[in-house]
Amino acid sequence: MKLRTLSFLFAGVLLTSLSLASGAHATAAEHIVASHAWIRVLPGNLPAGAYVTLENNGDQPVALKGASSTAYAEVMLHQSSNEGGMSRMAMLDSLAVPAHGKVLLAPASYHLMLMKATQAVKPGDTIRLNLKFSDGSTLATDFIARPADAIDDSH
Amino acid sequence: MLDGMNKTIDSRMKSRRSPGAAVLLLLLAISLLLTGCQRNEPLPFQLTNISGHMPALDFKLVDDQGKAVSGADYHGKVVLLYFGYTHCPDVCPLTLAQLHVVMQRLGKLADGARILFVSVDPTRDTPAVMHAYVNAFDPRAVGLTGDPGAIEALVKRYRSAFTREPATSDGNYEVSHSSAIYVFDRDGNPRVLSTPADSQDELVHDLHLLLSTGANS
Repeated sequence: MKLRTLSFLFAGVLLTSLSLASGAHATAAEHIVASHAWIRVLPGNLPAGAYVTLENNGDQPVALKGASSTAYAEVMLHQSSNEGGMSRMAMLDSLAVPAHGKVLLAPASYHLMLMKATQAVKPGDTIRLNLKFSDGSTLATDFIARPADAIDDSH
Repeated sequence: MLDGMNKTIDSRMKSRRSPGAAVLLLLLAISLLLTGCQRNEPLPFQLTNISGHMPALDFKLVDDQGKAVSGADYHGKVVLLYFGYTHCPDVCPLTLAQLHVVMQRLGKLADGARILFVSVDPTRDTPAVMHAYVNAFDPRAVGLTGDPGAIEALVKRYRSAFTREPATSDGNYEVSHSSAIYVFDRDGNPRVLSTPADSQDELVHDLHLLLSTGANS
């Protein structure tokens, strides 16, 4: 009996160390830490901007492809720019988070555009977005809904 | 430049009141301005000074109450003119949120100013949509929309442009637009230009000048 318990324990330790050793095969999402996640809520059913800081603690760059949510029918990865006095917005296929580095999705820069809200989102609500990475892994992240006139003071 | 400004101020005074009253008012103004900032000296703006380089505020649009308005309706107020559209989820709300902070920093003086948010997307931006939108930011913000030709004329008047980008499969589209804020004095004359590269302190400084010591009416 004792021996069997020990062997179970041993097997458990072995499995754990195997999964640790296979760290290189961990998903992209497992290397990403998301923080300062918030949404600027606009009146009516207007598209909203979502912002988040992504830190990559892995040895490989990770590519964010977009996000999905039950609260919005459509989410797009965007980049705002200002050139020659003109504000523009462009769709992005992916956004790289450098190895041991971070990328900021922040106002007037990279952001997620949330469209066609499936429910009324109001300031104070917490909205879950599943961030999608190029290897297919996802990271569930809670975003705080903030009012239209919110100022990004988190950085 | 200095001459031009003096002439502008002189002609403005003359057009409003008799020369005698103008002199009296000028003396009164100088005696009140104990700071030594004299009225006939150019205001020490920190932002790009566009005085005399762009035409006076003039347009025929519809406000967010559905009322037909013109540039003259805002004479007496210092005007911050900004072009944008409500389906712009990032830069437009950021700019309006920042302008709300600017207004808060101006305190009571801000009541003498109006933020005019002009839509470059009149197809989607009805007065009702504009009303809900601007009021989410500041009570002194006014949403203006209207005839596409009238909007284009206003944008061109300030040597800017806007472009409707190709629509995505679901019909959504973005509009590229000027990122600048044009500031006009109480007489509708353009005075300074604020761009995203400029600091908020500079805008607050210049608005303070225009609201407290600037051209008055």
